[in-house]
Amino acid sequence: MINGPVILGKNMTGFKMREMVTVGKMKLIGEVISIDGDFGTVQVYEETEGLKRGEDIVSTGKPLSLKLGPGMLGNMFDGIQRPLKKIRDDHGSFIPEGIGLLSIDEEMLWDVEFLVSEGDYVKQGQVFGKVEETPLITHKLLIPAGVEGKVTFRTAPGKYNINEVLLKVTDLDGEKHDVKMHQEWPVRVQRPVEKRLQIDKLLVTGQRVLDIFFPIAKGGTAAIPGGFGTGKTMTQHQLAKWSDADIIVYVGCGERGNEMTEVLEDFPKLIDPKSNRPIMERTVLIANTSNMPVAAREASIYTGITMAEYFRDMGYNVAIMADSTSRWAEALREISGRLEEMPAEEGYPAYLPSRLAQFYERAGYVKTLSGEEGSVTIIGAVSPAGGDFSEPVTENTKRFVNVFLGLDRELAYSRHYPAINWLNSYSGYSEMIKKFYERELDEDIEGIRNRMLNLLFDESRLLEIVLLVGEDVLPDDQRLILEIARVLKIGFLQQNAFHKDDTYVPLKKQLEMLKTIELLYERGLKAIKMGIPISRVRDAELYEDVIKIKYTISNDEIEKLQGMNTRINDFYNQLESEYSA
Amino acid sequence: MKREYLKLDRVKGALIELSKIHSVGYGEIVEITDRNGKTMVGRVIKIDGDDVVVQVFGATMGISVENTKVSFQGKAFEIPLSKSIMGRTFNGIGQPIDGGGAIYSENTFNVNGRPLNPVSREYPRNYIQTGISSIDGLTTLIRGQKLPIFSGAGLPHNELAAQIVRQAKIQSKEGDNNFSIVFAAIGVKHDEAFFFEEAFKKAGVQEKVVMYVNYADDPIMERIIAPRCALTAAEYLAYEENQHVLVIMTDITSYGEALREVSSLREEVPSRRGYPGYLYSDLAALYERAGMIHDVEGSVTLIPILTMPNDDITHPIPDLTGYITEGQVVLERALDQKGIYPPINVLPSLSRLMKDGIGEGFTREDHPDVSNQLFSAYSKVQEIRALAQIVGEEDLSEKDKKYMKFGDAFEKRFVTQSFTENRDMGDTLDLAWQLLKLLPKEELDRLNPELIEKYMK
Repeated sequence: MINGPVILGKNMTGFKMREMVTVGKMKLIGEVISIDGDFGTVQVYEETEGLKRGEDIVSTGKPLSLKLGPGMLGNMFDGIQRPLKKIRDDHGSFIPEGIGLLSIDEEMLWDVEFLVSEGDYVKQGQVFGKVEETPLITHKLLIPAGVEGKVTFRTAPGKYNINEVLLKVTDLDGEKHDVKMHQEWPVRVQRPVEKRLQIDKLLVTGQRVLDIFFPIAKGGTAAIPGGFGTGKTMTQHQLAKWSDADIIVYVGCGERGNEMTEVLEDFPKLIDPKSNRPIMERTVLIANTSNMPVAAREASIYTGITMAEYFRDMGYNVAIMADSTSRWAEALREISGRLEEMPAEEGYPAYLPSRLAQFYERAGYVKTLSGEEGSVTIIGAVSPAGGDFSEPVTENTKRFVNVFLGLDRELAYSRHYPAINWLNSYSGYSEMIKKFYERELDEDIEGIRNRMLNLLFDESRLLEIVLLVGEDVLPDDQRLILEIARVLKIGFLQQNAFHKDDTYVPLKKQLEMLKTIELLYERGLKAIKMGIPISRVRDAELYEDVIKIKYTISNDEIEKLQGMNTRINDFYNQLESEYSA
Repeated sequence: MKREYLKLDRVKGALIELSKIHSVGYGEIVEITDRNGKTMVGRVIKIDGDDVVVQVFGATMGISVENTKVSFQGKAFEIPLSKSIMGRTFNGIGQPIDGGGAIYSENTFNVNGRPLNPVSREYPRNYIQTGISSIDGLTTLIRGQKLPIFSGAGLPHNELAAQIVRQAKIQSKEGDNNFSIVFAAIGVKHDEAFFFEEAFKKAGVQEKVVMYVNYADDPIMERIIAPRCALTAAEYLAYEENQHVLVIMTDITSYGEALREVSSLREEVPSRRGYPGYLYSDLAALYERAGMIHDVEGSVTLIPILTMPNDDITHPIPDLTGYITEGQVVLERALDQKGIYPPINVLPSLSRLMKDGIGEGFTREDHPDVSNQLFSAYSKVQEIRALAQIVGEEDLSEKDKKYMKFGDAFEKRFVTQSFTENRDMGDTLDLAWQLLKLLPKEELDRLNPELIEKYMK
């Protein structure tokens, strides 16, 4: 049977579940997804047009796996780790079928530096050598899982390709293992770690609404749901550009081709503020655009997370952006439909929640097998149908993530970006990473965060009243709340991704800005309690200047904010003395 | 080798089922001849053991299970293309319907195309001036973009599309002759197709237009192929003949419905509102064919038009379209009823590629700030209008009254323009500055003070 990307084969008794196969004369890549007696069902990762009945399905004997080794950073792969640049060089601008199994470059020579010598005893996950993959990232070579023993052979340091044998390890049973620069790993299996650790560090993103109000932790999980045009991809790009992870894995899953092109063009030009190197050198891209085969879309998420885990095992903090997990869920639905499985909600298969859970649970802050600390942070975009957050993918994702950043259409329409709605977003990490703020900023930010959030909640309540009766009837202290909320929204929550200073703001400046706004509120409130009318308290010029501090005070002159604070204090001191006289 | 079969198992709607078929390829093209000699084309959509399901383009009327000749062509659906398609009109499956001869060419192209490698894509940055202020100023169209028009039944989307075709400056600076238009009509009324034909004639571009027309009373199956033929022709013109191609497709809603009909005939598990679960990937396979390629001169710019059933933007077709396309231009009934043409509601409208194609070096340095300010001010107008409904306009504050005035002027002077009015990009931006003058200066929080100094005269 052939039905789109799903085919049914006969005489498949010897095949294993989740085994990789090649199909037909064109050698399309597929994976066995069910076995029923003599029959096996295969999902094919390429277009099946032209495939005929009676063509052979050939076993490869191994599950869908990745080659993990140097050559991934700075490159773009399709959903099953085939390098798109090489495909273009070999086949032209359009992707044909039957290109076979390609992976990372096998000819490229890497300069290997060893950390072990002959006679040393090595364990799985141990770092045995180093390769400078990009000027920014040292690729640590790991002893593959399941290999432990004495090094009986080691080549001289020098240039090798990924297939050459670097070490021979003899285990206690006398069995010899060849260790190469790369190792293979099945994408659907979690890579082993020593143990999971407590999450306690902030993933610094330089985005005010996240770092202060809804923090994402290293090793944590976050979901960004939003209807179309609300800025999911924009937000994901900002995180990929500026977050302080060591490695970024960006999975473009069923999204636009031009977005991936944009990343390819932009990232090499963007310079990481800490290392002064292009951020492309720490980025791996996986692209299954919406017009590429749907079955590979299902695999792309696993490909991404497996690569992320591999870099984590070297002791790096890795962040993986999956844009969008809804397309992945839809790929599951499409394949499930073709298998004629019983659908649950909205046609999605009943195993949707468990698959989502399996994916998000691969995040974590861990102690690696080599004893270092590393993390995988998952940030998944969700594209709810009709922008309705009650649909199955959003609802189920919510159960497995700790940070929920709801993007709002109304905010996006008024070009309030990032359009993160502070009323329905939350972060479960604020408490866990409390100490991190204390270490970094010498103070607890919980108080000011809660006070400012409450002010925003009050505003939304007051706005309902304003809609009914107008602003003029509110008492002055409530009108002040509306005015300060405006300052907070425009001056703090809105952040301009295209402005050189505002696109990334250091944590210290974020907090100082917020404090300045709070000072403006406190002094205003005090003045109002003294009976000074709001028209005097809300000084247009002063308010506008506070709103513009994000532009007028650059990131390396944070101390200038003190000048603004002095101005606020002087203004209100003057005002108060005027009225008390 | 061609093989013919004479017995069908079942005819159901536009699907026919055959059994005991040897060696047939998935997606293969089938020719069906009924007992009166009428020939139809179909495509293999499912192979199950010896059984084959064929989707027939054209009416299955007159087909009986006996004496119908079915022959498998051994190849996928391909159309011949050459430069001589310019100025011609075809039906939904690429057969000429303008009385002219068939297209002969050595090059035939698979209508399904192949996915464009993201590495080969060039990020679109050159804007297309449409001469329509609300598009140029606020949702700038970029060469190689896919920007749909979300409309409703009875709204002037066809006029807008015709105006874009007439006014668009899509040709590159080097030559004037390297642009062409591909028009795909999917399930349109005869008078609509006629309207476009006339519009192309009036604009003097009919020699540059290739039309693929599937009328509303044409077989529904052809609707699924029509846009693919059009896009294949567009890709051919863009990447083989180095043309800048503007593709207009109307109406995507009819396409989606055709897809749903086939899906239900095939007894597939439906997802939202009966549409098949693969509606997203299917639409993406169309829209993603817009774009540009590195080191190739041509480009494919796509403007699909769709009518939102019941003006509902959350309906699966506009919803999924919005997720794939690079923005949308939304027409609104309320504006149309106010007599505003074009009735573009700028707030939900968006051009995702605009950010990299406007400003200094592209349009004018003030463009990003101005468009931002217009958006934020006009969205404020909506809030104030809601308030004015309750408290009455007299009781609004001075500031709010200014906003009301701005809102009216924005709709009447900026959005409104006649069917024949062609505004330059500079004029559009100057007009925007005039409107912004109506607002108090401290409200202009999106504008750089230096720009205010320079442009607010």
